[in-house]
Amino acid sequence: MSASPSQGRLSALADRWLPKLVLSPTLAASLIFVYGFIAWTGWLSFTESRLMPRYDWAGLLQYQALFENERWWTAAANLGIFGSLFILFCLLVGLLMAVLLDQKIRAEGALRTIYLYPMALSFVVTGTAWKWMLNPDMGLQKVMNDLGFANFTFDWLVNPDMSIYTVVIAGVWQSSGFVMALFLAGLRGIDDSIIKAAQVDGASLPTIYRRILIPSLRPVFFSVLLILSHIAIKSFDLVMALTGGGPGTSSDVPAIFMYQFAFTRGQLGQGAASAMMMLFTIVAVLVPLMYMETRSAKRV
Amino acid sequence: MFKNLTVGRALVYAALLLMAIYYLLPLYVMLTTSFKSLDDIRAGNMLSLPQAWQGGAWVKAWAEACTGVECNGMQGFFWNSIKMTLPAVAISTILGAVNGYVVSMWRFRGSDALFTMLLVGCFIPFQVVLLPMAQVLGMLGIANTTTGLVLVHVVYGTAFTTLFFRNFYITVPDELVKAARIDGAGFWTIFFRILLPISGPIFVVCIIWQFTQIWNDFLFGVVFASGEAQPITVALNNLVNTSTGVKEYNVDMAAAIIAALPTLFVYMVAGRYFVRGLTAGAVKG
Repeated sequence: MSASPSQGRLSALADRWLPKLVLSPTLAASLIFVYGFIAWTGWLSFTESRLMPRYDWAGLLQYQALFENERWWTAAANLGIFGSLFILFCLLVGLLMAVLLDQKIRAEGALRTIYLYPMALSFVVTGTAWKWMLNPDMGLQKVMNDLGFANFTFDWLVNPDMSIYTVVIAGVWQSSGFVMALFLAGLRGIDDSIIKAAQVDGASLPTIYRRILIPSLRPVFFSVLLILSHIAIKSFDLVMALTGGGPGTSSDVPAIFMYQFAFTRGQLGQGAASAMMMLFTIVAVLVPLMYMETRSAKRV
Repeated sequence: MFKNLTVGRALVYAALLLMAIYYLLPLYVMLTTSFKSLDDIRAGNMLSLPQAWQGGAWVKAWAEACTGVECNGMQGFFWNSIKMTLPAVAISTILGAVNGYVVSMWRFRGSDALFTMLLVGCFIPFQVVLLPMAQVLGMLGIANTTTGLVLVHVVYGTAFTTLFFRNFYITVPDELVKAARIDGAGFWTIFFRILLPISGPIFVVCIIWQFTQIWNDFLFGVVFASGEAQPITVALNNLVNTSTGVKEYNVDMAAAIIAALPTLFVYMVAGRYFVRGLTAGAVKG
């Protein structure tokens, strides 16, 4: 291309401005729809808004009401139960399957496909399926009764003390395969020579995994924790489809609390305050994890 | 293979097979239940095969089942989801491609900070934007419409697509672009002539990821379009959880499979890319 000097200057000018111009709509959208909206929700949480948004300052009124609301504490406690069990079992099952699949297995591809397909499903589909399978009259209980265990009962879905654990069961089913995939990718990324050296030294396979391979998965652990806690804190559709937060409010989680107060009960201020609390929780969990992840990634 | 089949390896295979059964069981139960009649469901248990395979529940789920006041089945909502997903995926992927191109190849002072600022959008719990978004959609006159949902998915999906393309383009050697610039190629020429031709895999990853996320979304759907324009996930939830009369589990299961078919199909066809997308964009959850 033999451009005249003026054309050259023009295109150089274009090249200086085009990148910024191209990026600007997305940046503007981010400023408005992410940062602006967070500020807007924050403001709403300091007002007396009920059915309609109002914008006069009311101080910590909504947060006070939230903290005196028993239902909020049920939801928070459920998030704690669900979150910790969901993360624990996903880690255990995922790691176990990754280690087993790492043993030069025939049909590994087929097995991986089977373990991971739930991740392609909507949580609503998962919830619907498990709602049917855990149905106290016709689901698992009937299978066991038909098999001869006449006294077997399984009523967790309608038992207020146990309903949150059904969410754990369905959640682990959906997400553990994904954890397996991440761990397996991590295991495959480890240098073979380390394993060979350990074998030469006479270390047994379980010892190699326990002492060498699994510890070197540290960075993967942190990303898995990051992802799983993110899923747990935001979990909404699975609970809606599986238990609807019930029986009563026994399996309520913060996301459902927020949705119902903001959109079905006409308590915008409470909805906004609970949303802000969810944001704080995410920040409180993710920031230390991200910090540890970058630190451990640097060390390895 | 039997020569080196030790007890240990047999146990490994047994455990893996057991896990496979655990993951497949819900799919099996959904499929068999959807082909049973209601009497058949009551007579057997959820593991038994249908006594007579019947497609009636599928017809009902597609065209007649009640999802609230209306009883037209899932068909309309299936199309709603398609009308929402296709444009939202296309727009957010294209935006992500050019954004990723800028933040990797045309870095300017402050562009890294701006990219980090964008990324925050991947981590927020969406509850924190629902109330203002509902207000804005109302002001724009697109509350309870598919257009509104497309806007929402594009706005909150672009942070992820940008991340995908940025992470792909920073692996492309700088020299390629520098050489092209010396030859006089401009911003768009480099993008269309040099980067786009090698971007096939990342486009597939990004499109599959966005398709799965947007098709499966429930939160935005239930908040911003709970009426006629509701996507299929919301309709499915309404179908299953509106209890009027006899509970028809076979119809529920058929409807659930219908809702899951498009993403399952994508997973079967392009599973390889699906896994890559999950590991790359996993933060969304």
